[in-house]
Amino acid sequence: MFAFILRRLFQSLIVMLSVALIAFAMFRFVGDPVNQIVSIDTPQAQVAEIRRSLGLDDPFLVQFARYIWNAARLEFGVSYQFRLPVISLLGERAPATLELALMSALFSLVVGIPMGVYTALKRESWLAKVFQAVSLIGISLPTFLIGILLIYLFSVTLGVLPSFGRGEVVRLGSWWTTGLLTVSGLKALVLPSITLGLFQMTLIMRLVRAEMLEVLRADYIKFARARGLKTRAVHFGHALKNTLVPVITIAGLQLGSIIAFAIITETVFQWPGMGQLFLRSVQNVDIPIMAAYLMLISFLFVTINLAVDLLYAAVDPRLRATVGAH
Amino acid sequence: MSFKTNCLAAVAGLALLCGTAQAQTLRYANQGELKSLDPYTVNETTTHAHLGHPYEGLIRRGKNLEILPGLAESWTISDDGKTWRFALRKGVKFHGGEDFTADDVVFSADRARAPGSNVQTRVPTGTKVVKIDDHTVEFQLTSPNPILHYQWDTWYILSKTWAEKNNSTAPTPASATTPTFASLNANGTGAFKVESHQPGVKTVFKVNENWWNKSPEHNLKEIVFTPIASDATRVAALLSGEVDVIEPVPIQDIQRVNGTGTVQVLTGPELRTIFLGMDQVRDELVESSVKGKNPFKDIRVRKAFYQAIDIETIKTRVMRGLATPSPLMIAPELFPHTGFTRAKFDATEAKKLLTDAGYPDGFTVGMDCPNDRYVNDGQICQAVVGMLARIGVKVNLNAQPKGQYFAKVLKPGGYNTSFYLLGWTPGTSDSHNVLFDIMGCRDNPASSRGEANVAGYCNKKVDELTDKIIVEADKAKRDAMIKEAFQIAADDFGYIPLHQQALAWGVSKKVKLTQRADNAVHFQYAVKE
Amino acid sequence: MSTSSEAPSRWSRIRDSDILASFLKSKVTMVAAFVVLILFIGAAFSPWLAPTNPFDPATVFLADSMIPPAWQDGGEARFILGTDDQGRDLYSAILYGMRVSLIVGGLGVALAASIGITLGLLAGYLGGRVDAVIMRIADVQLTFPAILIALLIDGVVRGLFKSASREDTAIYVLVISIGLSFWVQYARTIRGSTLVERNKDYVMAARLVGLPAPLIMLRHVLPNVIGPVLVILTINLGLAVITEATLSFLGVGLPATQPSLGTLISIGNRYLFSGDWWIVAFPGITLAALVLAVNLLGDWLRDALNPRLR
Repeated sequence: MFAFILRRLFQSLIVMLSVALIAFAMFRFVGDPVNQIVSIDTPQAQVAEIRRSLGLDDPFLVQFARYIWNAARLEFGVSYQFRLPVISLLGERAPATLELALMSALFSLVVGIPMGVYTALKRESWLAKVFQAVSLIGISLPTFLIGILLIYLFSVTLGVLPSFGRGEVVRLGSWWTTGLLTVSGLKALVLPSITLGLFQMTLIMRLVRAEMLEVLRADYIKFARARGLKTRAVHFGHALKNTLVPVITIAGLQLGSIIAFAIITETVFQWPGMGQLFLRSVQNVDIPIMAAYLMLISFLFVTINLAVDLLYAAVDPRLRATVGAH
Repeated sequence: MSFKTNCLAAVAGLALLCGTAQAQTLRYANQGELKSLDPYTVNETTTHAHLGHPYEGLIRRGKNLEILPGLAESWTISDDGKTWRFALRKGVKFHGGEDFTADDVVFSADRARAPGSNVQTRVPTGTKVVKIDDHTVEFQLTSPNPILHYQWDTWYILSKTWAEKNNSTAPTPASATTPTFASLNANGTGAFKVESHQPGVKTVFKVNENWWNKSPEHNLKEIVFTPIASDATRVAALLSGEVDVIEPVPIQDIQRVNGTGTVQVLTGPELRTIFLGMDQVRDELVESSVKGKNPFKDIRVRKAFYQAIDIETIKTRVMRGLATPSPLMIAPELFPHTGFTRAKFDATEAKKLLTDAGYPDGFTVGMDCPNDRYVNDGQICQAVVGMLARIGVKVNLNAQPKGQYFAKVLKPGGYNTSFYLLGWTPGTSDSHNVLFDIMGCRDNPASSRGEANVAGYCNKKVDELTDKIIVEADKAKRDAMIKEAFQIAADDFGYIPLHQQALAWGVSKKVKLTQRADNAVHFQYAVKE
Repeated sequence: MSTSSEAPSRWSRIRDSDILASFLKSKVTMVAAFVVLILFIGAAFSPWLAPTNPFDPATVFLADSMIPPAWQDGGEARFILGTDDQGRDLYSAILYGMRVSLIVGGLGVALAASIGITLGLLAGYLGGRVDAVIMRIADVQLTFPAILIALLIDGVVRGLFKSASREDTAIYVLVISIGLSFWVQYARTIRGSTLVERNKDYVMAARLVGLPAPLIMLRHVLPNVIGPVLVILTINLGLAVITEATLSFLGVGLPATQPSLGTLISIGNRYLFSGDWWIVAFPGITLAALVLAVNLLGDWLRDALNPRLR
């Protein structure tokens, strides 16, 4: 088991290194950062000087090694556009993204699970069919359009929810800011959370439905029925409980992708999070921010993956045996 | 006990509110972000406009862009035009309490020319800045320059003692690993102080009670600025009353915004000229079906392109009437267009010119275009593609975000384009800048002449005139030479000027605001009910 | 060699599942199938069905821009669904755009499925180091949302073919981006089921009789693990079309001169507040109908192919 953990840790490290390499390499192609720093009328000699001072003239490997060394110390350099350390820019925006991601994950679970259970139990009812069709709309329209339609309806027409930003935030500790403690902060969370969570909600609803249907066919459920347990007890005591394990796992794994896909939602709602910062950086060819963001996201993924793998290994002796055999 | 305290606090709060009922909070959203508070790191209109709240220059530009005394009350120019003496305003204090003196001007001139500064052109190379006494400064130039102070409204003066105390004597260089104090804090002499600043998220300005101008036009106590990049979201925020002012309003939404009754759109001509350029330098175009020669070297082809473009339809359809077709590469506010007319739109004539030039079946050419820089830039380019298609020219359009676009077509990218759309506002508000930067020959690599002349248009007669224009102090003579230079370039069809686009600010009806043609949103003149 | 050690073949399962009967039983499925059929025909035959060619700039007149649908005030009979900001006939643009969207989505998903299935089978069946490497690549892959991949590939293509125009490269960039960002799901699903299947008796038996590994994987394991893939495929087709739309919104999608359904939506998006609703509404409805119908078909397929659900 210890060897297994070690090996997985080592693999994760390799993953991080390759992400770093890709992240670093890809942005060599996207655009020339020097252009973003200078204005049109900056003299050529000065442009060359900036290029040199940024180390952009060094060989690729030298630049990469320097990048890794700095990244290991959480030194992601200075943003070309803001002239501020990238880590502080990302840190300042991380709470906004994490809160949004958590709220939309919560939304997708709270709405998705009951809808999934219902559609599985009452497969033929018209309401179940409505649920299924409606949930599909969540994945039938692009996120940006859904967001703008929600803004149009709830902000412009009805005037009940804000169209942009986080509302009033409260500072907790030295760097965390939260919108969960003020009315305007909570209101501001509603539309972006729904926009971002709609896709996951559909996913979870369908997953719960499929898993429930499978489980309901399983032998032990049949036994439970045969033993004369009440339908409700069978459904919620046995079936749902067994359904939730894979659902929670998937939801956990999805958390990372929610954060990644927050890019579009944050752009539409001017949500001051990391995704929005990232997209603006792509448009402004701000390589340090882009690279650091990728590293951060992949770190998150790798951590979640690692945790899930270790949990599985701990829970499922068969998998452990298989993994250990090699 | 605690109840009582709360009560008192509430009463006190109410009293405070009552006492300052006149002073208002103004909420403002712009497409762009306020990246750094250091006024020397980013040379861009919107940033300069923001920083015009805490900072001031030696001169100001008024509501009609007229030059007004700023931190300098008056100035005199020596007969040879090389020595400028400025009398500084007395009794001015920075927000931090420091007195404003000649030392600050000398310091700011050095800082503006330091490495890492992006406003180096504000003070010409070789200029000596000399403190005469506490409130007099002399600028000693190497050659006469009648437009020395034209851009000084955005050359902001910093406090020497403050900068030295906070280790910010130089602008933050791009390679710095720690930001300077000045990029996160501001200490100017202006009408507003920076209360808080989260780069790219939110910036709050508070009124400066000790401003030297004791009778400010505005009635604000606070300005809350948020960037909103998405057009739809920005308009929604204005319509729902979450912000009072937005810039810009997408032109297609103007009617809708005006129709609400609670907000209105201020429109006016902008000084930026949008134009098309054709590569006239290379012997073979980067992207074209014509091999072995460059069709744009033939004036007939350039004229054909010019005459194929139906500028009126672009104006009415793409720009919804909010553009002024232009015969010149400069806005009429900056140089009168009298005596100039655009070559007539005539597709038949254009087709004939192409045939005469040896391209009866047209040819294929690539076109570069930004799609998030100017008003409806992507749509303009698409329209141009359609119009050229009708004279047989197939255009492969490459429309991309400005970062990538500029990286490709401008000097650092090696002018890697054959046909492109660009916009230009002369930073000095003067024709010389256009003649030198956009129309000057690019043939001398050591000179900065023609740096933004992506097309590489070159006519030595224009260059000669340009060199005379910069030193000529007599306005009538100078204007005559400018006119001659513009006429030569127009006859050469060196560029295809399209139009001056319009400004569009969305403003709540509660706010009275003056719109300046350089698109700088200044709230010194804002009054909110 | 006895066939009794093999799992029932795909065809016999489809035959046994009475797939046709289940299809005819579900009205929703029939409607969905009808919608998909209509849209696919429209896309496939767009050059013949569309009155104009919206991709030919010489036939598009700016003076015709922003004309509302024919039944509205100011509408014109020659533009049934109105025109967009460049004067393109929306009806023609939707037909052509849908074709582009389906080609991009279809090729992208096909690429994703082929990569995913191959790698998933290899990982699940061979296990060990191969498995570890593939799954770690999958981890890396998951880090990069389609947007990032599109930017990466766009950048590489631009770097490699400096003079290539966006109009020529955009489709390939999109297909590869979608292929590279969607394959993980297939790989994980296939690997998961393969892990289970490979220890089952019929695989053991095949191995005992000495069949080569590639043959076992293709002929014995694949048919038994591919069920969920069909469902993912259908859902992914919808997702791919939407991803393409989002990429257009972010500026890395298909150029406005050759609009896909997604490009049309992101163009129309700009006119949402100004009252020119038709520019976004018709492409939006078409996209939603397409994705919805494809997904409904996917749902039905999943249930129909799952013998335990009957």
